Amino acid sequence: MSNNIPENLRYSKDHEWVLVDGETATIGITDYAQHALGDVVYVDMPRVGDALSSHEAFGSVESVKAVSEIFTPIAGEITEVNEALNDDAEKVNTDPYGEAWMIKIKMANPLEADAMLSAVEYEEYLSANA
Amino acid sequence: MKQIRFDKSKIQNPKSKIQMRYIPNSPEERDEMLKVVGLGTADELFRSIPADVQLNRQLKITEPLAEPEVIGAMENFASKNAAARKTSFLGAGVYSHYSPTVVDHLIQRSEFFTSYTPYQPEVSQGTLQYIFEFQTLICQLTGMEVANASMYDGSTAMAEAFLMAQRVTRRDKVVIAQTVHPEYLEVAKTYTQHGDLTIETVHFDQKQGRILTDELSKLDDKTAALVVQSPNFFGCIEDLQALADKAHNIGALFIVVVTEAISFGLLKSPGECGADIVVGEGQSFGIPMSFGGPHLGLFATREKYVRNMPGRLAGIAYDKNGNRGFVLTLATREQHIRREKATSNICTNQGLIALAATVYMETMGKKGLQEVAMQNAQKAAYAAKRISELENFSLPFSAPRFNEFVVRAPKNASEMLEDLHASKDVIGGLALSRYYSENPNDFLVCVTETNTKAQIDNLVESLQSVV
Repeated sequence: MSNNIPENLRYSKDHEWVLVDGETATIGITDYAQHALGDVVYVDMPRVGDALSSHEAFGSVESVKAVSEIFTPIAGEITEVNEALNDDAEKVNTDPYGEAWMIKIKMANPLEADAMLSAVEYEEYLSANA
Repeated sequence: MKQIRFDKSKIQNPKSKIQMRYIPNSPEERDEMLKVVGLGTADELFRSIPADVQLNRQLKITEPLAEPEVIGAMENFASKNAAARKTSFLGAGVYSHYSPTVVDHLIQRSEFFTSYTPYQPEVSQGTLQYIFEFQTLICQLTGMEVANASMYDGSTAMAEAFLMAQRVTRRDKVVIAQTVHPEYLEVAKTYTQHGDLTIETVHFDQKQGRILTDELSKLDDKTAALVVQSPNFFGCIEDLQALADKAHNIGALFIVVVTEAISFGLLKSPGECGADIVVGEGQSFGIPMSFGGPHLGLFATREKYVRNMPGRLAGIAYDKNGNRGFVLTLATREQHIRREKATSNICTNQGLIALAATVYMETMGKKGLQEVAMQNAQKAAYAAKRISELENFSLPFSAPRFNEFVVRAPKNASEMLEDLHASKDVIGGLALSRYYSENPNDFLVCVTETNTKAQIDNLVESLQSVV
């Protein structure tokens, strides 16, 4: 199985991706994660204003097989939540890096993003562990 | 001819030789098992329990009894249970209704009687089907979109509704009408005492016997839910629609509690009045009073909140050939999958009791339930009218009612009711001083379809005679 791993994103070993834009980080789950979960039927989302510390669970993805927690790799305050996933959870399967972004946070410490895996490192991590 | 000699030891203490008959393995088998695990006695199995907390004596229970002795003892207990056969006007959360014999007949089929809530659900298609029917009927009666497979009883269902409102709104305060059954409130307090929920009560209006919409200053933007019972503990019907608006205006959920399920047959459903969660007690549907339980918790809500709902949920599914089947659905809310993140630590239901209620509802049908409800309301109205005409008796509350009402006596109600019981063999109702100390002369009267006109007339005359 080949995975789609865009080069402009950073990755966590929990299979979340982060897109950094200034102080804002957009967070979602990777193509590998959505494949592993199978058909996603529900995404349980946090609320705008919630403060998250790094590696804290902020929501969960429910597929026909399992429920998995989603963790934020980066600390910060939630500034936006993708409400569209409430009605259209299957976007997590069809467009994990685009329409299925989950939250945007104002990063408490932007350096945290730099410490995450690059696309190449994430690909290596997957081939070593998958 | 050989004589049978009298041997005293054979008759004097026959019990001393009785083995525990219903333990399936023999003493020899037990010894063998102990030997395999390297122990000398069964007591050694409990070595890990510190000696100072071990009981070290026999339990204080009677010696083993022979079967006829057990039956004799049980008959003796049963004969003390005289209240169930007396004329009674007790309600207050547990109601005397007629249950058609088909209810008991069907639930005693061994397929139903011996099975527990389905943990390997899909092999239990019959169980899932009746749970699905139960849920469907509860939705129809409450006017809600989704109902669970049932909970322990009305009070625990209410406590679960508090927690659900907390999850949905992420607020930590519940405002509850003082006219909710006081024991329900006690249970909810016990149930939630170690969480971060605050419970505030709203006083009722002394003239109407229900809460007033313009006295809800405790509702604020920290409030997760407004909780109201209707018909309330005094039998009065609350103004649900207006109260729902008050709750919704501040973004709180509106929880409606129903302790007398027969009222669904007559009153506008809580769902139509704007309820977000309806919880209640289903005992009225074919379930014996049984000294307060086991009863049946009802829990229904709007579909948009289903993922925050506690309890089991049966659904319909179709296989690839289009055959209908029943499944447990949304089980990811439950603790065997979600552990500490589950919506509730209850992932069972009142299987057999829910079945009894289902058979009751299906036997009565829509018209039957409406007729029973109407009889309750009419008989209660007749009793209320006659009692109110008695000298020195009055009905303190003006709100509309269903099958219960409060009477204000000219003397202490508790003493008067005891007197009535002793002299006339009638249980005339419940003295409210047990829950509300303000009016020691008030008592609650419940009239159901099981009370005849003659019984009501006799109650009225007896009340007259004991004051």
